[in-house]
Amino acid sequence: MRDTLAMTSALTGRAPGSPILPLAVRDLVLRFGDTAVLDGVTLDLGPAGCTVVMGPNGSGKSLLLKLLHGLMRPTSGTIDWAGRAPAEVTARQALVFQKPVLLRRSVAANIDFVLKARGGDRARRAALLDHVGLAHKAGQPARLLSGGEAQRLALARALATDPEVLFLDEPTASLDPASVLAIEAIVGAARARGTRIVFVTHDIGQARRMADDVVFLHRGRVAEHGPAAGFFPEPQSAAARDYLNGRIVV
Amino acid sequence: MQNLGDAFGLAVALVVSGDADLLEIVALSLRVSLTATAIACLIGLPLGALVAIGRFPGRNAVLIVMNALMGLPPVVVGLLVYLHLSRSGPLGFLGLLYTPTAMIIAQTILIAPIVAALSRQVLEDLHAEYAEQFRSLCLTRLQTVRALIWDARYSLLTVGLAGFGRAVAEVGAVIIVGGNIDHLTRVMTTAIALETSKGDLALALALGIVLLVIALGVNAAVHSVRVTAARQAYA
Repeated sequence: MRDTLAMTSALTGRAPGSPILPLAVRDLVLRFGDTAVLDGVTLDLGPAGCTVVMGPNGSGKSLLLKLLHGLMRPTSGTIDWAGRAPAEVTARQALVFQKPVLLRRSVAANIDFVLKARGGDRARRAALLDHVGLAHKAGQPARLLSGGEAQRLALARALATDPEVLFLDEPTASLDPASVLAIEAIVGAARARGTRIVFVTHDIGQARRMADDVVFLHRGRVAEHGPAAGFFPEPQSAAARDYLNGRIVV
Repeated sequence: MQNLGDAFGLAVALVVSGDADLLEIVALSLRVSLTATAIACLIGLPLGALVAIGRFPGRNAVLIVMNALMGLPPVVVGLLVYLHLSRSGPLGFLGLLYTPTAMIIAQTILIAPIVAALSRQVLEDLHAEYAEQFRSLCLTRLQTVRALIWDARYSLLTVGLAGFGRAVAEVGAVIIVGGNIDHLTRVMTTAIALETSKGDLALALALGIVLLVIALGVNAAVHSVRVTAARQAYA
């Protein structure tokens, strides 16, 4: 894979607009029936960097991402993207799902679809595929790609929308180490170009490599939120301490 | 009345020799049913897609009606079209009764609900897979419908095939609105009914053989397209 940081102009065609960061989340509650899956989440995210969201299964990480991205509505509480509601800024963000949803088309057509739908320059397709190391597979059926390749294509498609915020929901789950590093390199390059990253992972090593700050969710609440430099050596919450030490946290 | 063996022999001879009357009937059948299928797909696919992705009050009632219309009795459709196209009917001034156009209209009405209901199911299943991704991409309804129809194209071929099968094999509607007029509106099914009633089993059997070959041929072609698509993970 080539480092195409120098190709920023080909990869992004971001139109200047009023910023959608910082993000302020206050008392966010999401209920399914009587069960509060998110229970009073309060959170602030600054304008730059990579926030890693961690926590045991069922702690509400994926749901938090969907709420922030405007795909779901909270039961109560507020999500404020610099004065805008989530649904108003969905188009300025992108979400990469744990299981990539690829169209039943070629690799190139998957990129073309997004570029066309969002009014992007179709000429950017080559640079995007090159950036994620899939230029040689442009004509192949997307759904025959390996897990790592499929996720890289999903990332390229997300980057084709020029997101100001890129959400990633466990994008490297079940991938081999080489694929994990490839994904991390692409995300790191996006971050370096100024894209705000919000990254959900269970992989502590990955979190250490990627995070500027860490949000640790436990039972639908923010158990801890702080700089990665402080979180990993000295977690403040018992749940985060147990989690980092490999103990079972429920 | 011929015995079955003689009739079958004559039927094969008619098919092999390319009998002019036989070819004319087959050609008209294909023209009417393929045109009706194409129009039904133009109406039914977007309709099925809109119902598949839409959430609106009364949606369940729409689904029930769509599914119920799949079982429309051809003679009832024929009768309704006849009443509209007959000289005293609201569309009588068009002079379409007993023309291939009237037969196309009747078959379109008959199979459009089949295409809509079956495509709705296919597209709803696909939409369940794509919905969150599409919402994340902020696609418009039109973009969503177009993407779903394109990505389900191989499954929808089977839906179109089901519509064509219903159209080409139906006799009740086309005989009422077409009148089974020789060299004008006589199609395979109406000719088979007529020739059987006259006791001319050879032509009836020959048409039956052609009908079966068409059904087998179209099914084989669609199946091979779908297998190829599945191999490439496009289906």
